[in-house]
Amino acid sequence: MAAGDVLLEIEDLHTHFHMDDGVVHAVDGVDLRMRKGETLAIVGESGCGKSVMARSILHLVDPPGRIEGGKVTLHRPDGPVELVGAHKRLLRQVRWKDIAMVFQEPMASLSLVHTIGSQIIEAVRLHENVGKAEARKRAIEMLDRVGIPMPQRRVDAYPFELSGGMRQRAMIAMALSCRPSLLIADEPTTALDVTTQAQILELLRDLQDELGMAIMLITHDLGVAAQVADTMAVMYLGRVVEYGSAEQVLSQPRHPYAQALLRSMPRLGQARQRRLAAIRGSVPPPYARPEGCSFHPRCDHAVEGRCDVVTPRLTEVGGREVACLLYQDEPEPQRGGAPDDTPDDREES
Amino acid sequence: MSTEPLLRIEGLTKHFPVRSGLLGRQVGAVRAVDEVDLDIAPGSTLGLVGESGCGKTTLGRCIVRAHDPTSGRMLYRRPDGSVIDVATLKEKELKPYRAEVRMIFQDPHSSLNPRKTLREIIGEPMRVHGYGTPDEIAERVGDLLERVGLRREYASRYPHAFSGGQRQRVGIARALALSPRLVVADEAVSALDVSVRAQILNLLMDLQEESGLGFLFVSHDLGIIEHVADVVAVMYLGRVVEQAPTEELYRRPLHPYTEALLSAVPDPDPAAKRHRERIKLLGDIADPANVPPGCPFHPRCVYAKDECRADRPPLREVGGRRVACHFAEDLDLRGVPGPEIREVTA
Repeated sequence: MAAGDVLLEIEDLHTHFHMDDGVVHAVDGVDLRMRKGETLAIVGESGCGKSVMARSILHLVDPPGRIEGGKVTLHRPDGPVELVGAHKRLLRQVRWKDIAMVFQEPMASLSLVHTIGSQIIEAVRLHENVGKAEARKRAIEMLDRVGIPMPQRRVDAYPFELSGGMRQRAMIAMALSCRPSLLIADEPTTALDVTTQAQILELLRDLQDELGMAIMLITHDLGVAAQVADTMAVMYLGRVVEYGSAEQVLSQPRHPYAQALLRSMPRLGQARQRRLAAIRGSVPPPYARPEGCSFHPRCDHAVEGRCDVVTPRLTEVGGREVACLLYQDEPEPQRGGAPDDTPDDREES
Repeated sequence: MSTEPLLRIEGLTKHFPVRSGLLGRQVGAVRAVDEVDLDIAPGSTLGLVGESGCGKTTLGRCIVRAHDPTSGRMLYRRPDGSVIDVATLKEKELKPYRAEVRMIFQDPHSSLNPRKTLREIIGEPMRVHGYGTPDEIAERVGDLLERVGLRREYASRYPHAFSGGQRQRVGIARALALSPRLVVADEAVSALDVSVRAQILNLLMDLQEESGLGFLFVSHDLGIIEHVADVVAVMYLGRVVEQAPTEELYRRPLHPYTEALLSAVPDPDPAAKRHRERIKLLGDIADPANVPPGCPFHPRCVYAKDECRADRPPLREVGGRRVACHFAEDLDLRGVPGPEIREVTA
């Protein structure tokens, strides 16, 4: 990755929740990188820490959650800034202006007693030195751009007057009103119907082409991730277990968890089989993280005496990174040295 | 499969009044379910799909009589072969029906009483219906727990001690307690994680194979419906717009709405992205309190013609299937390629 391309670097990020019953390591050493204008999908089941990880970037983790360590470096046009441990004033600048976020339930992040327009205008004026009329013009322009019909009228509508899909559009309009370089979208389509979901995903893709921002998409739905992602990270119990180009991860997943996740999904057009390949057991409770590789109790390939002892680290396997001991027989695997590596993989890497 | 349906629904309608003003006068009605005809064969699965607000949940609730239908008939075939109309039964007379038709709910967190142990939760329907002595009930609760993949000893625990997938298993055990003949599963796996969802779907299909259960499977997820259903009915604004055997409906839909729904499903296969194109739906989901005239789907349909704005198409037979579209014969709609095609193009 060329140095000028990098937008965001996350290194060894740890976010813990200090509960009465113990400490939950919700994010347990995550390393990720994002390029300018790229879409990174973070996928995983509930409790894997994907949302907490994304919220940690902007310090939106509520107590008892706390960022315990690591680095989050944002590369702004005027130079890199460090977000972990940053001053409140810097964070306020970064939020909306550089990094904006949309959530699953727009009603929870929109004010109920203010019109859509006034909320966008407020955000714009907080971050940019523009007059009220100018900001209103911007709001109407943004609403129009996200495909809300009659934006001149809708700008004065209250959130409850809009349908679920329209609210999510309004939320996106607001998030993009200050032209951020990164949009974090946390399950933006999960509460929507398939048809509306498809519209919102298409909208995100179009806006990205137009505005050139990067998108971090948090989702539990591999299908949704496949629609928009350039790169993809699969998380399990607070760690990234596989990270690579979306095409590679989806078509030839290497980590046993990523493989099992893809197999267990019923998908359209598949031969009707009587049984789905389920992953046995369930995600362990957060206090009782298994020793060694945290997936080993559910893994069909687990090696006793090894997977329950050694914690795997992300290492390169055929052009992507995988945290699995199956690929770490050698002390330091060479590029393209993994056992079932194929020539095409090497070309892509 | 027997030709006699287990449950035949005829002209089922459920309207919810819309009230307004100080006196709460009725100013209109939401036609949540409007003149629906459906058959569920014994031991088979009928899948019901549609967007939110299409009436699929209301229909499921009418079937278990959690709602009283406004009009229409629900003809249920008792084990002795006699047919009763469940739609008009009084609460008292419903008891035997309630034992034979059970429901699994979407949210395993709110559908289990947190103050009761699993023994009480699963045993309750048996107590209500006079299944046997407390010892017999306790024994059966243990059997049921094992059947759904939980341990017998769990019977004395409370729901909070279990994960979402395990709670859903408890909900299934409760539904099975009285050996029902028909189970209405309303988004029964939608709240579960992907890996656990597959376990529950497998369990439901095993149970069907073992005991010849009939299922009404209500879901917005077309992937799941394709996997479990023998026959699929697509609902739009309270009406069934297309009904067909699963394979046929998915490979070659006859209603433009079905086509659009299928094309909107995100596919995790990167190869599939290339040979599938999304059918654009115009506008937003329609409001069931305000159904458009003519074909209710016409404002969102890319194929709509003048006729569609004026006349409502009836649900009619086309090639052995049922579809409510004026142009079902003329349109050449795209479905989802089957596994054979997929392998060739991938």
